Amino acid sequence: MAVADRARSNGHTAQERHQAETEHGSQGSLLRRALREVASQAQRRIPRADLDERDPDFIRERLPLMWLMASLWYRGEVRGLGNVPDSGPVLLVGNHSGGNMTPDTVVFTLAFNTYFGVERAFYQLAHNLVLSMPGLGSLRKFGTVAASPQNARTALEAGAALLVYPGGDYEVHRSSWEGNRVDFDQRKGFIRLALQQNVPIVPVVSIGGQETALFLTRGERLARLFALDRLFRLKVLPISLALPWGVNVGDMLGHIPLPAKITVETLPPIHLRDEFGPEPDLDEVYDHILRLMQDTLDALAAERRLPVIG
Amino acid sequence: MRAQARTTISAPIEAVWATVSDPERMLSFMSGVTRWEVESDEPTGLGARYRMLMRVGSAEIGGLIEIVEWEPPHELAWTSITGIDQRGRWRLRPAPGGRTGAEIRLAYGVAGSGLAGWMAERIAAPVVTSHLRSSCHQLARLIDHEQTRERAAARRATQAG
Repeated sequence: MAVADRARSNGHTAQERHQAETEHGSQGSLLRRALREVASQAQRRIPRADLDERDPDFIRERLPLMWLMASLWYRGEVRGLGNVPDSGPVLLVGNHSGGNMTPDTVVFTLAFNTYFGVERAFYQLAHNLVLSMPGLGSLRKFGTVAASPQNARTALEAGAALLVYPGGDYEVHRSSWEGNRVDFDQRKGFIRLALQQNVPIVPVVSIGGQETALFLTRGERLARLFALDRLFRLKVLPISLALPWGVNVGDMLGHIPLPAKITVETLPPIHLRDEFGPEPDLDEVYDHILRLMQDTLDALAAERRLPVIG
Repeated sequence: MRAQARTTISAPIEAVWATVSDPERMLSFMSGVTRWEVESDEPTGLGARYRMLMRVGSAEIGGLIEIVEWEPPHELAWTSITGIDQRGRWRLRPAPGGRTGAEIRLAYGVAGSGLAGWMAERIAAPVVTSHLRSSCHQLARLIDHEQTRERAAARRATQAG
């Protein structure tokens, strides 16, 4: 629906709009109004989380396609899945890479589903915008739900395995030369969640995603300039060199990822209260997990001989 | 898609059966297999269940399987309960000279996965076949080795006697 139609359906007349425009005058405010409209559209499209939307048969039938992508394109390798407890709720915490195409998620989701079977409930938290994107509705059948504390709690209370990427849009768009750095931007909500639900944390470390394009900058200032943070919960307006666009601003339509080798290592579970006492200190746990994941990522980086090729 | 491999082992059929029917020993000769766990009360026999995984490409693939044919020392077949669709079989036959012909067959796929499934099955086929071939070789080597040790032990026992 066009912006003007939207405004009309909200009960504004063309005159009112005209008045509002002349009041604000500048082009900047017009752009902001347009953005706000798109934002409210996107908000409306965010599906309410319903864990029942996960569809094991659908996942099973898509496994061969994912296997082809993961095996041939990314030459994916997932190690240590035996570290994930065989049953019960568990919080999988990953570092996130590869812009909006997130190859690490494809490789890991496939590996998890084949290893434990599609019968094991497995959900992934994703940015609101990902789920409201037209054409990505099928992600919900894979068990992808909008990132919110409520959805996370619901999934864990149901005894599911839950994959979260605390770094989210901030980490996924880091520049390619920071590719081998775990950066959660000091976000500690995942630790609070694990403590509240009393579930173990299993760190999932992946490498290679940041080599699927040449990521130049997160564009945090650009994002602030356009108020994307307030409108879309987007802290970034990333700029990269990617196929087929050349210069790719925002990465909203995705891109064709380079066939970089993706290696994922799953670490032993961390039982927070066993390791840090009955009242664990958030900063201490955060530092511990980050250090552990960074050490693993450094080891994976040391194994790599060439970018992309692996 | 179906993959298979065969070998001839210099051992009596009972010795080969004792190895291929023992879930504890699967990991010691099955190539690419990363898990073979007993999931039923009875570890062997008709109706015994195992959780098995084989590394193919970027994933470990398999699931829960159940023994559906158990005819010692000739036929052992299983079918999938969960995971990808599969049907596997060990087929043992006596060969001349006290040897044993052993064949492993594995038919696999994902029903309803369309064109991608068709492609994936074919692309996976060389990997699966090579896993089965190495499994046969490793089985032959393992049993050869055990036969040699048994003969040596028997010789030592007679010498000591």
